[in-house]
Amino acid sequence: MFSVLAAIPKSSSRNRTGSWRSLVKPHYLQKECINCGLCKMICPEGCIEGTEKNQYSADLDYCKGCGLCADICPKKDIEMVSNQGTE
Amino acid sequence: MSERGHFEEHCFVSGHTACAGCGQSMAARLVADVAGKNTIVTNATGCLEVFSTLAPQTAWGTPWIHSLFENAAAVASGVEAALIHLGKLDSIRVISQGGDGGTADIGLQALSGMLERGHDILYVCYDNEAYMNTGIQRSGLTPFDAHTTTSPRGTHSSGNPKQKKPLVEICAAHHIPYAATASVGNPRDVQTKVKKALDIRGPKFIQIHVPCPLGWGSEPVDTIKIAKLAVATGLFPLVEYEYGRLLRVTKLPSPKPVEEYLKLQGRFKHLLKNAAELKKVQEVAQKNIEYYGLNSKA
Repeated sequence: MFSVLAAIPKSSSRNRTGSWRSLVKPHYLQKECINCGLCKMICPEGCIEGTEKNQYSADLDYCKGCGLCADICPKKDIEMVSNQGTE
Repeated sequence: MSERGHFEEHCFVSGHTACAGCGQSMAARLVADVAGKNTIVTNATGCLEVFSTLAPQTAWGTPWIHSLFENAAAVASGVEAALIHLGKLDSIRVISQGGDGGTADIGLQALSGMLERGHDILYVCYDNEAYMNTGIQRSGLTPFDAHTTTSPRGTHSSGNPKQKKPLVEICAAHHIPYAATASVGNPRDVQTKVKKALDIRGPKFIQIHVPCPLGWGSEPVDTIKIAKLAVATGLFPLVEYEYGRLLRVTKLPSPKPVEEYLKLQGRFKHLLKNAAELKKVQEVAQKNIEYYGLNSKA
């Protein structure tokens, strides 16, 4: 009746939620970036990496393509492109 | 678990099953990252619990416990008591969190008990304004005239007939050291308030406004824009209480008309053709602006 209801921390990493993406994916131009870190801060998935100017990128294995990083970027250095083709 | 950097960086990681553009997962990460690793989190039942811990997996990197819908604050009180007994409360913080239903309706007595007993806990309410996890039923924090599955629009109804419960005031009325509202439209403000709250000893409460693309009928890409507009129209005032006194508010020198906020959301679609109801929603915003003094110069 009782079983261990515990999970390994951060074990959700095995869910590759990038497959949920339907229409668009973010493309980091890496040209005008001012290292404000807003995209990383607000990403609902927490799948954006980078610590220096023009070094930010999204982990497309987890990105669900919501487009919020492109929306908040003050320099418009992120654009949403078609999800067709690659992968 | 993974060689990817972003898994190391955050205390609440990728792979959870929230919808694209979820405001709640955004807010949960803002809170978890400020709190850091030395935190114990207790969670009420709700969307956050369901999408972050799809058993046997979890997206949390901190100790995390879920018991029932109504008792997240009570469980946190027990955790805090245990930490006092072990002499570890100086190095470990306790956060209790829930959605609007788990906080304002079902969990209110446990929350009130926690505040009244004076436990050293930060309670975070992620306010997405309905019971999203079970299918968008109205809660005590659903705003006036919003369409939900239990307050549907139609010929005899224009959505939820009741006003939003003034939850932050209810908590501040316990004369706790800190009670505040925040919005994911201003992520830096969320982190500042959480950091401030965690530096205070005693019971603290923060209500974070988190748009829900599924329940609000909005586009995922508009999450931040909608959260900002809720603040800019006066429908979700950002306020800070200390020991029961209203100390700071985010001023609105020129509040925007509520239509700008309403037109982005499917749940308010019926209001745009109904001038009388639209006026009532504008009055709600105006009442907030006057009550909290959002437009006064000081």
